[in-house]
Amino acid sequence: MDFELSDDQKMLVDTVQSFCKKESPTERLRKMRENPIGWEKKIWQQMGELGWLGVAFPEDVGGLGGSFVDAGLIIEQLGTTLVPEPFIPSVALAGSILQAGGTVAQKEQFLTPMLEGSESLAVAYLEAQSRHTVTDVQTRAEKTGNGYKLTGKKRWVLNGQGADHIVVSARTGGETRDTDGVSLFVIDPGMKGVSVNTVTCMDSHKAAMVEFDGVEVGEDRLVGQEGQARSLLELSLDYGATAACAEGAGIMQAVLSMTRNYLTEREQFGAKIGTFQALQHRCVDMFVETELGKSTATMAMIKIAAKDANERKRAVSAAKSQLGTGGGFVTRQGVQLHGGIGVTDEHDVGLYFKRMHILSALFGDEEFHVARFASLPSFEEHVATDPLAG
Amino acid sequence: MDMSFTPEQIAFRDEVRKGLREIMPERIRKKAELDQSFENEEVMEWHKALHTKGWSVPNWPKEHGGPGWDATQRFIFSEQLELGGAPALSPFGVSMVGPLIIQFGNDEQKKRFLPDIAAGTKVWCQGYSEPNSGSDLASLKTTAEKDSDGNYIVNGQKTWTTYAQYADWIFCLVRTNSQVKKQAGISFLLIDMKTDGVTAKPFLTSGNTYAFCETWFENAKVPKENLIGEENMGWTYAKALLGHERTMVAGVGISGRMLLRIKRMAKNTLRDGRPLLEDPTLRAKIARLEIKLEGLRMANYRALAGAQLGHAPGPESSILKLRGTEIQQECHDLAMEVMGHNSLSWFNEPGTVPPRQEAIPSNFNYVRAATIYAGSNEIQKNIISKLILGLPNG
Ligand SMILES: Cc1cc2nc3c(=O)[nH]c(=O)nc-3n(C[C@H](O)[C@H](O)[C@H](O)COP(=O)(O)OP(=O)(O)OC[C@H]3O[C@@H](n4cnc5c(N)ncnc54)[C@H](O)[C@@H]3O)c2cc1C
Repeated sequence: MDFELSDDQKMLVDTVQSFCKKESPTERLRKMRENPIGWEKKIWQQMGELGWLGVAFPEDVGGLGGSFVDAGLIIEQLGTTLVPEPFIPSVALAGSILQAGGTVAQKEQFLTPMLEGSESLAVAYLEAQSRHTVTDVQTRAEKTGNGYKLTGKKRWVLNGQGADHIVVSARTGGETRDTDGVSLFVIDPGMKGVSVNTVTCMDSHKAAMVEFDGVEVGEDRLVGQEGQARSLLELSLDYGATAACAEGAGIMQAVLSMTRNYLTEREQFGAKIGTFQALQHRCVDMFVETELGKSTATMAMIKIAAKDANERKRAVSAAKSQLGTGGGFVTRQGVQLHGGIGVTDEHDVGLYFKRMHILSALFGDEEFHVARFASLPSFEEHVATDPLAG
Repeated sequence: MDMSFTPEQIAFRDEVRKGLREIMPERIRKKAELDQSFENEEVMEWHKALHTKGWSVPNWPKEHGGPGWDATQRFIFSEQLELGGAPALSPFGVSMVGPLIIQFGNDEQKKRFLPDIAAGTKVWCQGYSEPNSGSDLASLKTTAEKDSDGNYIVNGQKTWTTYAQYADWIFCLVRTNSQVKKQAGISFLLIDMKTDGVTAKPFLTSGNTYAFCETWFENAKVPKENLIGEENMGWTYAKALLGHERTMVAGVGISGRMLLRIKRMAKNTLRDGRPLLEDPTLRAKIARLEIKLEGLRMANYRALAGAQLGHAPGPESSILKLRGTEIQQECHDLAMEVMGHNSLSWFNEPGTVPPRQEAIPSNFNYVRAATIYAGSNEIQKNIISKLILGLPNG
């Protein structure tokens, strides 16, 4: 067991921290509301050059050969000032699909430019009826002479408005909720028949509703085996969930710290409000949830790479569910303990509150992950373990 | 970063399991398997069995009879005991007064007291709390006055003294100076329970057990050799002890075993002819608790990994008692829920309910104490608020 950061990791955290303070304080997120895609290509490029985007990818695709713990450490820091660049959709969601399922040529064409920061990616997996089930897919991909033709509607595509390429899930066989028959394709937003409608989410990030109307792609755009996208999508969403936990850990720390500071400054009844025990204890409850959030995020960051998918799912579901409860608690109490100023747009605490909601809702909410946790074999195997019973 | 145990640590765990199975007396093993409660004499029998293996005082240095384990080995050992449902040893000698004597006692005291504690031949209890001094322990009033020979005459009342009725010795905080700031006039005395003037009267707890006593001192004469360290330094010593073994307080093994019991009960309990464990609402409830425990375990691992490297306890270690005791209580709440009507009584008559369920209603009551003793959870929050969050004093 070892949770110490290596010297390299400490340096990385320091660099990201000072970047957040200098280049992207929360004020920048407010400014990005005016930006049509909600983030800046020059900053993305900078992140690529610093190696942040590729930190968890092998060197042969242009990465630094580290682990997702390194990526998690970066995302956690980015969370502390709500940096809006599309780390989660590009690196976690699309990056994991291409790395695990892409051909050498696909990695070269789509993954490497993203890791360098010259391009960004998105994954279009959600549909109106699908909620959290990755195989609940109606978008269809019909086989043509030399490729596929995609038709359907995807919703809430994170970074769909900014991506150079979008990985799309579509049915090549089976019915809406069949577990088999879903395939993945890389499309470009400029292709004929693709329409991208940008929406602004409450966290000031943007996303897109993307429609495909007979979009034709070649066979070289199929990622992984035809009809077998389920495990890639599950892996991808687990990476998304882990990244959300990492960002959430950063958010909780920021909210705890700003709330703690407010309690030591704000006066009412002739005293600092931090002298009131009811508020002290509430703040301690926030601290407890924050520590647990850090701990479970770390667990997910380590276990996301587990060879056994069930081991990965168990850790990710525990962490994501803890994010839902603990992250929700910390950000809600953060607002509460700020009083009226906490519900203004001018104060940062509301920005964190909103971003936390988005992170909780995405990649499987608390309810989904509790149910998944309970459906894993480990949940019942546990019944039979008794270390002293022979 | 790595959250797995090393191959050596896994081998150690297996060695512990094997060793525990070998030395566990048949009668105790049967009870452990059925999750039953243990009588004091069974606890002491188990203590002696552990002693034969050199495992009764895992947290002591080797020179005083400890096995020389590091923080992680101690954690593994205690988790295996907890997971296996083994009797919990009385902590007062092994984890409290023993380490305190090792740290602050003189050579004479070490020779006199430590071997009996390690061997389980003398039972200790803790005389800190008084009727009017609980959380505000430093306000304690039991006095120790010096007689002409320099020995102490002790007068006063202690209370909630766990298992004082079985104890040979009690370690006490007593007031030796009432003219100074309350913390500065307290001394640490070891008192033989057979001393004239010492009486312990058991209390019935809400869990229907006699788990603690009121303990009186009426002109009890205590030899001066029984003072630990210097006079009026008792508060400092007692506080130093609080920092010990913060990586052990979460009870992840205890709650882990309890979750296992809950699932097993839910599997064997039928509702509408189907195992209760198949009910999605209940499954989700159990899963939420297990997830909470996973979070606690992870925080515990972080604290442990820090301790292993010799770091001072980090912020994560301060949440372990708080969250750990809450989870222990929630486990019992859920166990009672799963038991349904089987949870209505104490089951003095064997056969009324399945043997594995017999002890739960009593423990459901007793576990309320987990958030009260050893610094109530409110006091823990006061401490975190001041020491970690740096919030201002009222
Ligand atoms: C089962 C059991 C076994 C015990 N065994 C022993 C033993 O062997 N030896 C021994 O010496 N003692 C023992 N104790 C005593 C235990 O240490 C005390 O109960 C504990 O310190 C609390 O003191 P109290 O009971 O007087 O409660 P009080 O201190 O009166 O507390 C009452 C309530 O007020 C809260 N409270 C008190 N002060 C504050 C504050 N400043 N801020 C916020 N809330 C506050 C408490 O958290 C609690 O909820 C035992 C207790 C129990 C329940």
